[in-house]
Amino acid sequence: MRPIVEAIGLVKQVVSDGRDLNIVDNISLRVFPGESVAIVGVSGSGKSTLLGLLAGLDTPSAGEVLLDGENLTALDEDGRSAVRARAVGFVFQSFQLLPALTALENVMLPLELAGAREAHRAAAALLDRVGLADRLNHYPKQLSGGEQQRVAIARAFVTRPKLLLADEPTGNLDAATGSRIVELMFELNREQGATLLLVTHDESISSRCHRTLRLAAGRLLAEAPA
Amino acid sequence: MNDLGLGLRLLARMLRAGELTLLAIALALAVASMATVALFTDRTRLALEQEANRLLGADLVFTSSRPLDAELLREARWRGLNAISTLSFRSMVVRANASHLAEITAVEPGYPLRGSTRISAGRGSDDRLPSAIPEAGTIWGDERLVGQLDLRVGDRIGLGNRDFVLAAMLTQDPSLTLSVLGLGPRVVMARADVESTGLIAPGSRVVHRLLVAGERAAVESYRTWAGSRLPQGVRLEGVRDARPEIRGALERAERFMSLAALAAVALATVAVMLAARRFHDRQLDVCAMLRCLGASQWRVFRLELVQLLGVGALASVAGAVLGYLGQAVLGQWLTAVIGIGLPQPGLGAALRAAALGLVLMLSFGLPPLLSLRRIPALRVLRREIGVPAAAGAGAYALGGACVAALVLWHAGDLRLGSYVLVGCLATLLAAAMLTWGSLRLLNATRRGAGVSWRYGLASLRRRPVATVWQVVALSLGLTAVLTLTLIRADLLHAWQGNLPADAPNRFLVNIQPDQSASLREILRARLGSVPALYPMVRARLVAINGNAVDANRYAEDRARRLVEREFNLSWTNDLPAHNRISAGAWHRPGSSSLSVEEGIARTLGIRLGDRLTYDVAGARFEAPVTSLRRVEWDSFRVNFFVIGSPELLAGQPSTYITSFHLPPGAAAVVNELIGRFPNVVVIDVAALVSQVQEMIEQVSRALTFIFVFTVAAGILVLYAGIVSTHDERVREVAIMRTLGANRAQVLRAHATEFGLIGALAGLFAAAAASALGYVLAINVLGLPYRSDPMVWGLGLLAGVLGVGGAGLFLTRRVLATPPLTSLRQLA
Repeated sequence: MRPIVEAIGLVKQVVSDGRDLNIVDNISLRVFPGESVAIVGVSGSGKSTLLGLLAGLDTPSAGEVLLDGENLTALDEDGRSAVRARAVGFVFQSFQLLPALTALENVMLPLELAGAREAHRAAAALLDRVGLADRLNHYPKQLSGGEQQRVAIARAFVTRPKLLLADEPTGNLDAATGSRIVELMFELNREQGATLLLVTHDESISSRCHRTLRLAAGRLLAEAPA
Repeated sequence: MNDLGLGLRLLARMLRAGELTLLAIALALAVASMATVALFTDRTRLALEQEANRLLGADLVFTSSRPLDAELLREARWRGLNAISTLSFRSMVVRANASHLAEITAVEPGYPLRGSTRISAGRGSDDRLPSAIPEAGTIWGDERLVGQLDLRVGDRIGLGNRDFVLAAMLTQDPSLTLSVLGLGPRVVMARADVESTGLIAPGSRVVHRLLVAGERAAVESYRTWAGSRLPQGVRLEGVRDARPEIRGALERAERFMSLAALAAVALATVAVMLAARRFHDRQLDVCAMLRCLGASQWRVFRLELVQLLGVGALASVAGAVLGYLGQAVLGQWLTAVIGIGLPQPGLGAALRAAALGLVLMLSFGLPPLLSLRRIPALRVLRREIGVPAAAGAGAYALGGACVAALVLWHAGDLRLGSYVLVGCLATLLAAAMLTWGSLRLLNATRRGAGVSWRYGLASLRRRPVATVWQVVALSLGLTAVLTLTLIRADLLHAWQGNLPADAPNRFLVNIQPDQSASLREILRARLGSVPALYPMVRARLVAINGNAVDANRYAEDRARRLVEREFNLSWTNDLPAHNRISAGAWHRPGSSSLSVEEGIARTLGIRLGDRLTYDVAGARFEAPVTSLRRVEWDSFRVNFFVIGSPELLAGQPSTYITSFHLPPGAAAVVNELIGRFPNVVVIDVAALVSQVQEMIEQVSRALTFIFVFTVAAGILVLYAGIVSTHDERVREVAIMRTLGANRAQVLRAHATEFGLIGALAGLFAAAAASALGYVLAINVLGLPYRSDPMVWGLGLLAGVLGVGGAGLFLTRRVLATPPLTSLRQLA
């Protein structure tokens, strides 16, 4: 089976205090369709950088990333965008909802960008699915943190992406809310048959994944099967 | 197109969410203020023009020594204009044994078309507006006629073949303007009565006039029509052609109004510049998210462009409408205050302002958009990265060039526009560099200062680019307002100086050399002062640099007339007051040289160093032009186009001329002069002077009003400037408060920050306004420059109090919000 995402010898080098520093250091990995994979590690271990590289949000100093069969390193910025538009959904620690758009409009946006018909119906249905049917026309600042993250999850799933990337999705939420969000993410993941790749501190999340990748100082330590 | 639809939907959502409110308001107000000032100055300009035309009695006057072509009258009426003809001639007015030569003006019903005549029941009685022109068989005579023939209203006088009744005393008549140098007493009668007097026979010297007035556009197009088919010997004049003093006052007022309009544009530019920056900052996250969701760079650009254009178009149209309403209200108010009915403005100025607004928006909004599209999508993961490098200077240069072109168009005066543009650009650059330097210098004061001072300074240093932008923008705004303040003061000062309450109101002409001493003596004894007497030589310009002067070679009508008639030359060793040398040097003692007024030099194509040949009663002399002079025509003093050195002209046959102020009730002095020196002609310009004074009064009130309005636009800029860093400030205040800072500490820190920004902006603006004011006064308005140290205090005060006050006002609002609410709103 072809991996949905594959990294080969990935390096991200930055200059810090005049010295070269590898914040991602020669990482190779494969994630297959239908899997759920957690990347864990302490702060500064390079988790988010790795996620950014895998999503094509950032370019590596060396190595290659293949996403949905395309070599991201061979594409330009717009080419990488096109792959993201086709295959990837995102959930962020800080939600990243656009403050000027209502919940419904935030969820509609990816569909509208894709030129999809019935964006309104699909977005409303998914918001209903995440339990926000009565919050469609609320602005982000009128929603609680948990509600905002549910809107973000609806936005991520509304295009039925093959790969869902999540960066500390519960990092800004209390434990109870966080666990409900995680529940929701895994449910949708199952319903849509998507692949889940997430960065987290939270052992309760990583324990639910098929695999956990541990990162320290930019290196992949070991792969712990769940 | 898909992106157009989506872009518009995004625009609607952003507008509804209030995300674009500041940008839209800034642009709408910018356009509104430009439109209001432009429309209002347009109207004031038209009103002043009409007001000035009252001095002429019409908008246009044709003058000829032969009957005027009936076609001129037919065409005027066909175009819906009012048109009447008048005749002027001289005749003896006879009463019993006495008689006097008078200037008769025969008028048709409707006279005058502009302004008014006034009549009274005799000396000492109040005057009033007549209901019509003199009835058949009656005349009106002026005070001189009444005085010289000792007449009373109701007396009979003889004019040609028949008798007339003096129905009233004429106290004011617009046709005065056309004949300031017309001699003798004046009579107004009905044109229908002229034939019965038998005074006009073939060969009589009669001046035929056609007076035309009406709606401005129609008058202008008629003037163009008539100008192209004017027969030889027919003169076509508006008030500007007829009266140089009016022309001077009007042109200066117009330039000031253009300047006010430009100040409004400068302020609008600054407001839009700041608002566009804020728009850019707030769109960073939107663009990063669009990129993250897979939109290509150009797609992001297109979507943002649709939004920018959409909000620009909406706000510009709203601004133009607002501006139109604004000027209507102003117009109403001004009409009530200064008592001139303002004509309706054209829509052109409003449309121009809207176009200018849209261009401003694109010029300042587009370059950041070009960089926005390149925003790394990674910003969604790491907020601290991802402000793309500022757009290339090229994009801004193109935008700047568009704005510059539109500013010149808006100014309608290339010279004024370019001075202002260069001035603004220099201010921008200098303020940016000086702010950068000042920030470094101020940083040296950090140590040992209190926490609030340190924190305030740190805020400035932390956002050096934002700080420089703010100071530069506020400097530019303040410069516009301060320059206007300076120029306005100069203008009012110059006018008051030129036309004081005791401005000359009588001219004495044709004084013989041997009479000058005793005439001086009488004036000294009766009035306590002796006016300067100027020698006057009548001469005809016959050659320039040896080439015979040919009237037909001049395209301009005025030039042709000037060379066809005799000039009044004068001579003196001392440069007369109200004259300034604008090129070359004043006469050197012992030299034979000429000094020419610069306006006539331009008209006749005379340059410094040219040799002019004059003919005085058959004898010719030649001399070089060694200086050009600028003359204050609106001073009503004796002025000459050409002044020679005494060596050149003292030997020529000459008479003397003077002007003086005759106080009310001192008419006996004039009668004494006429009695002693029957050859001396007294010309009474009191009515004209008071009309001009009144007009200047109205102009200066209108100027004050326009000025106040421009200042109001400046306050908007101030607000936009402070709001541009508002989001960041809200976050900082919340953090400081969370860390336990008290109200006073936060306020002091902000007072430091805003106070410094205001002080820097105020100082730079004062410097820029002094320089720009100097250049404009000397080069554009032709005013003597008076340095005004007040401008520094004013600039500093406006900067510190304005910026500091407005900043603290906003900070207090933030302080009233609980820190957690502030932080959550920005999350």
